[in-house]
Amino acid sequence: MSFIANHKKLERNLGWLFVFSLVAVLIGGIVEIVPLFYLKNTIEKVEGMRPYTPLELAGRNVYIREGCYVCHSQMIRPFRDEVERYGHYSLAAESMYDHPFQWGSKRTGPDLARVGGRYSDDWHVQHMIDPQSVVPDSIMPGYSFLANAELDPADIGAHLKANRMVGVPYTDEMIENAEVDMIAQADPDADTGDLEERYDKVNIRYFDGDATRLTEMDAIVAYMQMLGTLVDFEAFNADDPDNQR
Amino acid sequence: MRNGLEAALVGLAALAALLGAAFAKDNLFQAHAWVLFFVLAVSTVLLLRRVQFASSGKAVTEPDTSGYMDDVVRYGVIATVFWGIAGFLVGVVIAAQLAWPVFNIEPWFNFGRLRPLHTSAVIFAFGGNALIATSFYIVQRTTRARLFGGNLAWFVFWGYQLFIVMAATGYLLGITQSKEYAEPEWYVDLWLTVVWVAYLLVFAGTLARRKEPHIYVANWFFLSFIITVAMLHLVNNMAVPVSFLGVKSYSAFAGVQDALTQWWYGHNAVGFFLTAGFLGMMYYFVPKQAERPVYSYRLSIVHFWALIFLYIWAGPHHLHYTALPDWAQTLGMVFSVMLWMPSWGGMINGLMTLSGAWDKLRTDPVLRMMVISIAFYGMSTFEGPMMSIKSVNSLSHYTDWTIGHVHSGALGWNGMISFGAIYFLVPKLWNRERLYSLRLVNWHLWLATLGIVIYAAVMWVAGITQGLMWREYDDQGFLVNSFVETVNAIHPEYVMRTVGGLLYLLGAFLMVYNIWRTIRGDVRHEPAFAPVKSAA
Repeated sequence: MSFIANHKKLERNLGWLFVFSLVAVLIGGIVEIVPLFYLKNTIEKVEGMRPYTPLELAGRNVYIREGCYVCHSQMIRPFRDEVERYGHYSLAAESMYDHPFQWGSKRTGPDLARVGGRYSDDWHVQHMIDPQSVVPDSIMPGYSFLANAELDPADIGAHLKANRMVGVPYTDEMIENAEVDMIAQADPDADTGDLEERYDKVNIRYFDGDATRLTEMDAIVAYMQMLGTLVDFEAFNADDPDNQR
Repeated sequence: MRNGLEAALVGLAALAALLGAAFAKDNLFQAHAWVLFFVLAVSTVLLLRRVQFASSGKAVTEPDTSGYMDDVVRYGVIATVFWGIAGFLVGVVIAAQLAWPVFNIEPWFNFGRLRPLHTSAVIFAFGGNALIATSFYIVQRTTRARLFGGNLAWFVFWGYQLFIVMAATGYLLGITQSKEYAEPEWYVDLWLTVVWVAYLLVFAGTLARRKEPHIYVANWFFLSFIITVAMLHLVNNMAVPVSFLGVKSYSAFAGVQDALTQWWYGHNAVGFFLTAGFLGMMYYFVPKQAERPVYSYRLSIVHFWALIFLYIWAGPHHLHYTALPDWAQTLGMVFSVMLWMPSWGGMINGLMTLSGAWDKLRTDPVLRMMVISIAFYGMSTFEGPMMSIKSVNSLSHYTDWTIGHVHSGALGWNGMISFGAIYFLVPKLWNRERLYSLRLVNWHLWLATLGIVIYAAVMWVAGITQGLMWREYDDQGFLVNSFVETVNAIHPEYVMRTVGGLLYLLGAFLMVYNIWRTIRGDVRHEPAFAPVKSAA
């Protein structure tokens, strides 16, 4: 067998073994991943997507910190039961500003891709504090400490800036106003300024029901309530060849 | 003067950690810097106590560097056992949390923070230490050369433990970038990169100074594992930190690109960390323990190259029916199914190495352990390609079937081959005639096997139950079950899963006892191992 004889050369030479191994493991990733960055039809053309507001971004960071993605997916597959249970199947465009993505891999709890607007703020707060008080058979841990964890808006501008560095289209104006926008979104009585102009479809409420302070509970509920609400599905045509992938 | 420079460097690092705590931009970074300072300060003191000066005519005792460097392997074996127990224990705890949520203690011990602790502890702490220790042992024996780089091997060992401690404490504090099996934040990732490059230098350097003309097959697997993990780690963890004195970073990729990059990483953490590296172990310890040569040289060549080439493509099967473009999903599925062949090539090569030595299974529980690990490898690498078929995946994805699949591979293949390697290594490394007790090894084997079988079986039932309940319709065409009803339905399986995990943990405790007594030099007087005769 000549290939065995040739292989003898390879296994006698560390340099060639190194190079051949490296080439063998490089190819698959290059073929599969690189095209996703330049094939235009990878991400659908949709209307309504915008970057997260500062408060939503802070809420998203709480979601990541607590490992919510370990049990909750944010990716509705195009099956009849999933679409009926959770809503329109998820589009790639809906996570185009997600650094990192939060699609998840396991549904120990339900999918959250379109949980926004499905429950009241009060329900979410009560559910976070004591999940079993609203869903008796739930196996979710409690997150009551979020209601007492004060949120410091001081450095959220730096977070927006970091997001802009990786490609999220935050404007200078958004970054300059990040701190006031964050406070304003959880305080409907204050002058919310141009928050609504900067961020389309933004919810402005006392999310945790406490007007006196800004907490991580405000942030996580604000994030929950906007999930899956941005894209205008009236304007989205799934049969358009541009949206076929 | 020995250890002086090392003590000074670690002391400086401790000072830097203290400064990091002082100027931290956020509370989490401050807490993590304190942890680092504490660990490094204790290390400095320990190192200072071991500094040797050349004084009053007495020469500094130079360590013997003529033979193999086995001290670091001894430490590695102990670290493997320690982290194994820690990882299994956390696994049992989080299994109990899913059965009885009252076991969650917010905020530090909630499921969401403990689950990455469990996965990292078993994969990177237990598995990683097993890989580093065995690769250091094997590469020296198969090249007849001492480890390259002197104390660099010690740096790899202690640097890796520091990575584990920083990752683990980070998870409990809530420091994570949320990429599964790549959760540590940017500064811990940078540290691991340094350690991993040192590991590559030690391993490849030792190969370069080999006294054998050929590089043995086990080392091909170890080398490809080290190279590939370096590549995966670097690409998947690309991120922009918010501040160099803060924990938070944002991934360089978004959405669909981020998802595929992550699962390209995630699947090949399985393919290279948990498969190629552990096949390296198999290719050394199974022939040694069976005292037979590897079954087929040609098969090892074909399946090595096919395995490392094909594995890389399989990542998209974690994203079936998601917003990932169809072409990528299909490509991932096709390559995953093809991957079945080289995987079974490895299984056949391992099992058939026992040709002419099958009778040893009757008398040697360590060999039995290795064989059962290869059997589990074969089963999981059949189940995996099957689950990567899109129509199967539409049912299995998001359910506990996946969890069961992972554990039959991790507990069965990775766990058992590591236990086999530890039982092989301990008497040799500590110059003992034999293990303290072979009967205890046998008890460990059966407790662990029973635990895995219970675990995998109930997770199949749980996964398929839940998958079918999610898509169950009534006569009028309405969904039958609310989500929480599907959670409630699998409660008995979650309880049984905890029991399976407990049995596996119990077996591991028997190993700890057995190894402790072996290292102490004790030998249990027990009848010769011939269970077939006694049963007759």
